[in-house]
Amino acid sequence: MSTDVASPTGSAPAVPAGLGGGGRGGWGAGSIRPVLIILVLLLIAVGIRQPDFYDPPVLLAFLKRAAPLIILAAGQYFVIVAGDFDLSVGSLVTAEVVIAARLIDGDPAATWPVVALLLAFGLLVGLVNGVVTTLLQVPSFITTLGMYLVLVGAVYTWTGGSPRGALSEEFRMLGRRGVDGVPVLGQLPYAVLVLAGVAVLAVLAMRADFGKVLLAVGDNPRAARLTGVRTARVRTIAFLVSGACAAVAAILLGGFGGVSFQVGAGLEFTAITAVVLGGVVLGGGRGSVAGAMLGALTLQTLLTLLNLLGVSGALSSAVQGLIILAAVAVGTLRRRT
Amino acid sequence: MPPDSDGPLLRMRGVGKAFFGVRVLDDVDLDLHSGQVHALVGENGAGKSTLMKIASGVYQPDAGTLELAGQPVTLPDPRAAQAAGIGIIHQEFNLLPERTVAENVFLGREPMRRGLVDRRAMHARTAELLAGIGEDAITPQARVGRLSVAQQQVVEIVKALALDARVLIMDEPTASLAEHEVELLYQLVRRLQQRGIGILYVSHRLTEVFDLSGRITVLKDGRRVTTLDTAEATADTLVRHMVGRELSHYYPERAAPGSAGAARLTLSAAGNGRLHPVDLELRAGEVLGVGGLQGSGRSALARAVFGIDGFRTGRVLLDGEPVRVRSPRQAVRAGIAYVTEDRKGEGLALSQSVLDNALLAQRAVRPRWFGRAARTTTVRELLDAVEVHAAGTEQEIRYLSGGNQQKVVLARWLAMTPRVLLFDEPTRGIDVGAKAAIHDLIRRLAADGAAVLMISSELPELIGMSDRIVVMRDGAIAGELPAGASEEAVMGLATGAATSTEVPA
Repeated sequence: MSTDVASPTGSAPAVPAGLGGGGRGGWGAGSIRPVLIILVLLLIAVGIRQPDFYDPPVLLAFLKRAAPLIILAAGQYFVIVAGDFDLSVGSLVTAEVVIAARLIDGDPAATWPVVALLLAFGLLVGLVNGVVTTLLQVPSFITTLGMYLVLVGAVYTWTGGSPRGALSEEFRMLGRRGVDGVPVLGQLPYAVLVLAGVAVLAVLAMRADFGKVLLAVGDNPRAARLTGVRTARVRTIAFLVSGACAAVAAILLGGFGGVSFQVGAGLEFTAITAVVLGGVVLGGGRGSVAGAMLGALTLQTLLTLLNLLGVSGALSSAVQGLIILAAVAVGTLRRRT
Repeated sequence: MPPDSDGPLLRMRGVGKAFFGVRVLDDVDLDLHSGQVHALVGENGAGKSTLMKIASGVYQPDAGTLELAGQPVTLPDPRAAQAAGIGIIHQEFNLLPERTVAENVFLGREPMRRGLVDRRAMHARTAELLAGIGEDAITPQARVGRLSVAQQQVVEIVKALALDARVLIMDEPTASLAEHEVELLYQLVRRLQQRGIGILYVSHRLTEVFDLSGRITVLKDGRRVTTLDTAEATADTLVRHMVGRELSHYYPERAAPGSAGAARLTLSAAGNGRLHPVDLELRAGEVLGVGGLQGSGRSALARAVFGIDGFRTGRVLLDGEPVRVRSPRQAVRAGIAYVTEDRKGEGLALSQSVLDNALLAQRAVRPRWFGRAARTTTVRELLDAVEVHAAGTEQEIRYLSGGNQQKVVLARWLAMTPRVLLFDEPTRGIDVGAKAAIHDLIRRLAADGAAVLMISSELPELIGMSDRIVVMRDGAIAGELPAGASEEAVMGLATGAATSTEVPA
């Protein structure tokens, strides 16, 4: 790169001070710096309240609990950054867990085929969301709201009103157990390994050509199309990613808790809150997947802190609402400047 | 209020307006009398729409005065203009398609009776207004979305009349009408005229101007060139007033005559809903200019070639091979590049970096995992070669000047080594220095063997850059002109003042 292009001076029109940078570093919309600071402050607060929080096993247990939400946030990120929403993930998680219990029905041999089936089902739901949104041009908000209702209704009907069957111990192991005998850490939970895998794949995808094209689609779909991007396909892939992430999160959540219709309730909004908290702009085109995952971790830390402080669960929902309002308002203000 | 029989209904004196230091209107006088149709003509960018917006309260003039029936007025906003009796009929209608005619006419000021909308009064009043202009095909209860475009225009006019408009500004009123509807509009305009309404009629189309107007004001580069009685004017004199100006900018040397290579893009009888069948040959090494007024089909032509609204009929050959381009992606893969007119809306992802914007076409069409570093290096070199001035390639492109943004778009396409380049207003909104750089780049691309099609509303640019010029009118090619044709010849073809047979091609 020549000095001409690299130099901010020369004959170039002066860049307004404080406006440059944006995207990656800096404080602009899409930056991860604010969420990092909030996360550090919250972690300090949790550490004060619960001094053993930084013991490796406690910390890993915390990460294990946070893994499903972080994975959901990663999936939701792909959809949001392309300019869409996925409201179906909460009910998809519920559907997956209920399906798993009924199909496995305590039979260990059925575990791995069912895990494969769950992933395929997540992809299928993502495909339908994507195709309806892009080819039929239904706003994704409506498409995925419809899918949410369809899944809730279908699961109720299929099970006759209460979940049946049981998960096998092998299945629950994924969410509960880990690799034993790791030095220093003790047990390394499988959930944390899965989370690491998802995080690496997500970051690599966003660094690849696909990720950059996805950002361009969310930023300006018309321009992207006129530059040769298959926008419908790219947006559909984002829904596929979200569906697959929901399936993975469901498998982990199935291990944590019991089988119920409540497993995934409200998770779509928690995931969207996390993504927004991570500096990702609703409407698309700005923000990083690392930010979205950090946002989920931050949200989980906040919920932990509220729990430690004895704040009731009901109030934590209000806190989420405030976060989403504040984050979007701040993002809009920053963009306007 | 009866119009002052002596003085003009609307008098504008010394009106001026500048945007960000650029003077778009300077010292313009205009008198519009009651019962007069006063045509306002000029090229794109001559200042017609700015003047219209000042008269209708959208813009505030920096200089000059407005008088209405002898009284000085200020129009701080469009509502004030309406209240003062100035109505405007835009090219794009402001109607609610799901509501009835009457509801649209009385939108926001419905007659009330005991706290409810008095539909009967509203319908009666609307019917009266419709009858007043001799319109009997439209009922007040009809849903506006079901009406034809011409009838919707009538509803717009009735809306203005319901506000007691004495001055009616019509912006390109025939632009959206079918041919048989134009005659109905003529009748309507004449009836409004008889009622003493003063009409400011803005149009490119000289036929209409001669058919309807009594007086004509010509604007050019924001100034009033002349005002004359229509009876004294001829198409030739008008065109000369509209264009006559000095070339103030030097253009790169054209290709040597006869140096153009083989045909790269050939259209034979290619047409679609917006284009009559077009025959066109675009050769390697040449810059083919496409002139014409807005809406003449220039952009539709480029968009059809690029697969946005593709051709429905006819054949397209690329380097002699028949091709079918059904999407922009197929066009890009076939080696066609399109630099859009609306850079921000259709060209750039504004929140992404300079580099990401420049790489977008390659990432979209030839995604890869290995060899990305080499590709990035190439694009950085291209950004250097086109002399993009930025704080770095990671800077968000929204902070670049228009000229630099356009250079990034160019670098994006250069990286694809296209065979055919389509430019739509390549230097619109770009400062003079960057303009010359972009002109040089376009010429160099052609010299390297690309075939260039360049649409431009700026006549000096069109004439200065092109090896050949085709002029479009009403979705068809009106004629072809050689390099260095006069502005009069281009405008003549574009406005229909001359037909192709009268101009040596």
